[in-house]
Amino acid sequence: MDEALVRSLTPAVLGVLVRRGADFAAAEDAVQDALIEALRVWPEDPPRDPKGWLVTAAWRKFIDATRAETARKRREENTEPEPGPVSDTDDTLQLYFLCAHPKLTPSSAVALTLRAVGGLTTRQIAQAYLVPEATMAQRISRAKKTVGDVRFDQPGDVATVLRVLYLVFNEGYSGDVDLAAEAIRLTRQLSGAIDHPEVAGLLALMLLHHARRASRTAPDGSLIALADQDRAKWDTRLIAEGVEILQNALAKDRLGEFQAQAAIAALHADAPEAEETDWVQIVEWYDELTQLTDSPIVRLNRAVAVAEADGPRAGLKALAELDAELPRYTAVAAYLHERDGDEQTAARLYVEAAGKASNLAEREYLTRQAARLNRKGPPHP
Amino acid sequence: MAKYLLLKHYRGAPAPVNNVPMDQWTQDEISAHIQYMNDFADKLKDTGEFVDGQALEMAGAWVRYDGEGKPPVTDGPFAETKDLIAGWMIIDVDSYDRAIELAGELSAAPGKDGKPIHEWLEVRPFYGNPPTITE
Repeated sequence: MDEALVRSLTPAVLGVLVRRGADFAAAEDAVQDALIEALRVWPEDPPRDPKGWLVTAAWRKFIDATRAETARKRREENTEPEPGPVSDTDDTLQLYFLCAHPKLTPSSAVALTLRAVGGLTTRQIAQAYLVPEATMAQRISRAKKTVGDVRFDQPGDVATVLRVLYLVFNEGYSGDVDLAAEAIRLTRQLSGAIDHPEVAGLLALMLLHHARRASRTAPDGSLIALADQDRAKWDTRLIAEGVEILQNALAKDRLGEFQAQAAIAALHADAPEAEETDWVQIVEWYDELTQLTDSPIVRLNRAVAVAEADGPRAGLKALAELDAELPRYTAVAAYLHERDGDEQTAARLYVEAAGKASNLAEREYLTRQAARLNRKGPPHP
Repeated sequence: MAKYLLLKHYRGAPAPVNNVPMDQWTQDEISAHIQYMNDFADKLKDTGEFVDGQALEMAGAWVRYDGEGKPPVTDGPFAETKDLIAGWMIIDVDSYDRAIELAGELSAAPGKDGKPIHEWLEVRPFYGNPPTITE
């Protein structure tokens, strides 16, 4: 089915309507209606010019809606807008900026981006985030009101767009849409619209993580730690693409957090066996990341890398400098104590960490670690 | 983007400030209370934060597996049960602070003399999805 084609054409079609003078909110509704019609009609009657078909259908929807609105307001004069020319200007980048505008909350920016740029239906987005369709429709409608007075031709902030795309990749559940694949598609499309090393960095990061997807969970859904993954299942084509994109970005010498994160992912991907991982270089990249973001989560991950590079004692020392309330702090402490040979402390900390986990898969993983150590240890009285 | 359960208890929560049972309110006070609850849910539907809301009957049964080929054992209802859940609302919000803010607002529902009940609500986060990028 041409669902992928419909989705990829969505921002261009929306751009045409806005350039013809339609306001963004009404145009976006019209495009959504047109793409739902396309999904219905195209399987039996595929158009020769899909973009032209969508522009015509969306414009008709827009006119119909404007007429209904006009009738509702009982206006006397004919305010029906005339179609302007279809320009070749690509407004895709402007749409990304608008949908990730800093005035929007993260959840509304995600929803609006998936619909207006991604061409997903409200139902698909609602399913992906496990909320009722009416709730998602309302979230999108309010988001459009929030950015209603934002000028379409203003330059936006790439950083906010990247944060939204990162959220789409990293969160969300499972409806009939693969959100990780959608995030990659949208980031790839963005990288075609703007030459920016951090856009490339995020795309590389996504590809390198996506390459490990098949090895990350067992058939029963349980998590498999990086060191225990079957590396034969890693997608070497995606890894090669991610590494190449990353190298080109790094060559521009404008380092950012996504490039640094991608560099760490690339070093993991580069090791044929977990034991061959270049932890010394990974620690160096974590040092770069700490400079770039000053994030406590980065420091926590760095402590693990330090333990692998310089031994568990060094890792525990790095850990001791951090706030024990950080998410996953206890899980990291458990792991480092186990590496240090103190299995009793590790088992106790794994139990504690399981109680603090923010998702079921992680809770079960940590509980299994505790159970494994408890069975090995001296029999309990 | 996280889901929270706002849990309302018939019994088991600490006593609210305005602790007059509903059967001693005027008809208008009861109507005002129900209206507040409905308006609250409508507001969350409007902001795109509403997921679900349900109320539960007072009486329920306990059920237990009783072995192969046997019907399940039922017992109760137990009048003496300490904790009794009355209903819930599930919300999908951007932050923990927002969940607390909304629960506080729901707890301000009017009771006797039109004054807020200040009832205690339990706020419980849902488990989310494991993130892809962790290292």
